[in-house]
Amino acid sequence: MALSLARPRTRRNTELVLLIIAIAIVLVAYANVGLAIEDSLPVDFYTVGGGFAVVAFAFHLVLRWKAAYADPVLLPIVTLLNGLGLVMIHRIDLAPGALDDAAPKQLMWTVVGVAAAVALIFLVPDHRRLRRYTFSFGLAGFVLLLTPLLPVIGRNINGSRVWIGLGGFSFQPSEVAKILIAIFFASYLVQTRDALSLVGRRVLGLPLPRARDMGPILIAWIASLGVLVFESDLGTSLLFFGLFVGMLYVATERRSWIIIGLGLFLVGTYVASILFAHFQERVTLWLNPFAPGMSDQIAKGLMGMAAGGLFGTGLGQGHPELTYYANSDFIIPSFGEELGLVGLFAILALYGLIVERGLRAALASRDGFGKLLATGLAFSMALQVFVVVGGVTRVIPLTGLTTPFLSAGGSSLLANWVIIALLLRISDQARRPATDTRAERLASEDTQVVTTRAPHAQRGRA
Amino acid sequence: MSELTLTAIRLGLLALLWAFIFSIVSVLRGDLYGTHSAARGRGRGQSAPARAAKPARRGPTRLAIIEGPMRGGSVPLTENGVLIGRNPECTLVLSDDFASGRHARIYPGGDGWLIDDLGSTNGTYVGSERIGEGTPLPEGARVRIGQTVLEARK
Repeated sequence: MALSLARPRTRRNTELVLLIIAIAIVLVAYANVGLAIEDSLPVDFYTVGGGFAVVAFAFHLVLRWKAAYADPVLLPIVTLLNGLGLVMIHRIDLAPGALDDAAPKQLMWTVVGVAAAVALIFLVPDHRRLRRYTFSFGLAGFVLLLTPLLPVIGRNINGSRVWIGLGGFSFQPSEVAKILIAIFFASYLVQTRDALSLVGRRVLGLPLPRARDMGPILIAWIASLGVLVFESDLGTSLLFFGLFVGMLYVATERRSWIIIGLGLFLVGTYVASILFAHFQERVTLWLNPFAPGMSDQIAKGLMGMAAGGLFGTGLGQGHPELTYYANSDFIIPSFGEELGLVGLFAILALYGLIVERGLRAALASRDGFGKLLATGLAFSMALQVFVVVGGVTRVIPLTGLTTPFLSAGGSSLLANWVIIALLLRISDQARRPATDTRAERLASEDTQVVTTRAPHAQRGRA
Repeated sequence: MSELTLTAIRLGLLALLWAFIFSIVSVLRGDLYGTHSAARGRGRGQSAPARAAKPARRGPTRLAIIEGPMRGGSVPLTENGVLIGRNPECTLVLSDDFASGRHARIYPGGDGWLIDDLGSTNGTYVGSERIGEGTPLPEGARVRIGQTVLEARK
């Protein structure tokens, strides 16, 4: 009888076609770099290009098998962004005076990231299972966030203490912490949103929640300030706090949270700008990137983008390597220089599409936790892209955040693949027809297990 | 490599990038001109249940939410039954403070639909009557759960 039901299309074939186009674009870009710099196809064109394609197709097959109703465009977009990032990092490696081989490392991390995403698809057949570990995730997230402060493994690189090193291996735990904390926030807010939005007094026309409901929120604020103060990492701090306020607003539908959040944020930045010298430096460079005697990184990035113009110099034909960190923090100006405004806007459009698909998965999701988690992850990616692109184009002061999927950096790449896996899982659950998941459980009433531990579910039954 | 070839590749790459974006947008045109995904949208409410109703079952084919916090939504009645409540496991998840975790379920019986109250705190009402188990649900019947009123529709 279930067979007669109309099933939504899985759209996996659409994904396959888009994925082939995405890989073709990456290969064209890779060939372009080789032809422009070495006047021939790169020697490893077929091996590396083929390896990259195999990794992407492997993920596609896993989705066919384990998450057939997942969103069809996320994987192709992410594959394209990751591939373009690899090409640009490789291109900067080839530039004279480049110090290290960042591209092979990035390629290895791509494989690790895809493997992590595949593992997540396998291990989490239903995103609602994550709710069982709400506070474990929260605790693990905050601990990870603070690990760089530990004496032995914490590393201070370029003035920010956001790294941990084990042997010759360094990792930025805040990237993974971001995901864990997004899960924690989503789960916590689904439980408490009624209390947060309904109970409490009004102060100055703004409804304020009770102190006990506020507790975890204030802890989150203090933790993000702690990151700012002790790890000197403005970007991560901003990202966490923005993620938090955004999710609170979505959960409670109270505009007062945005006002409270922005207020706290402004107070925080004002105090920080008084207390910390490096923060003042950032603001000065934001207002005047050509200030004499200071870092000319932003200025060089701007000059690079100006040199690119509308259509860019072409891959391998500009000089993005002149900017420091051209392959990580400043990869956006590198693309602006070599692909021009047209190419840069294509990249921004790709990010826009990822965010749109994330929010669409949230809309389609049938449970509050999935909605909030997808919204939070999509919003965090939007905020991160805004902070990075805004920083290098002087919309806001420059902060050190990675560009998702493009920047050289293993931890960021790994974390972003996991985020995409979560979004795929949520969209799969949202579009999967009810017969696939619920039929058996509804039919056998005695074996049904109510898996959530949300207080509101119990309150309703009491 | 000649200047001309490189220029062709450079512009070709940009064209390919934008072609990719436009092909994605064309895949997603459903997002722009109406939705297939949300339970409240038209796509599911009307087309899916029309096909779902094929196994010669009389009476209503979907439940419309006509009052309460989620007013405007609707869910198809499927052969596997519809579980209603606040629990995220439910088919129809209500955001209604007066509904229980697993409040009621609707399932096929005879040639129509039956509704059970699953021991909810505040009860399930069909019309003005508080129901127990196995109450028939004809077309046009109104089911009240907490502050939510559902109507069985064709």
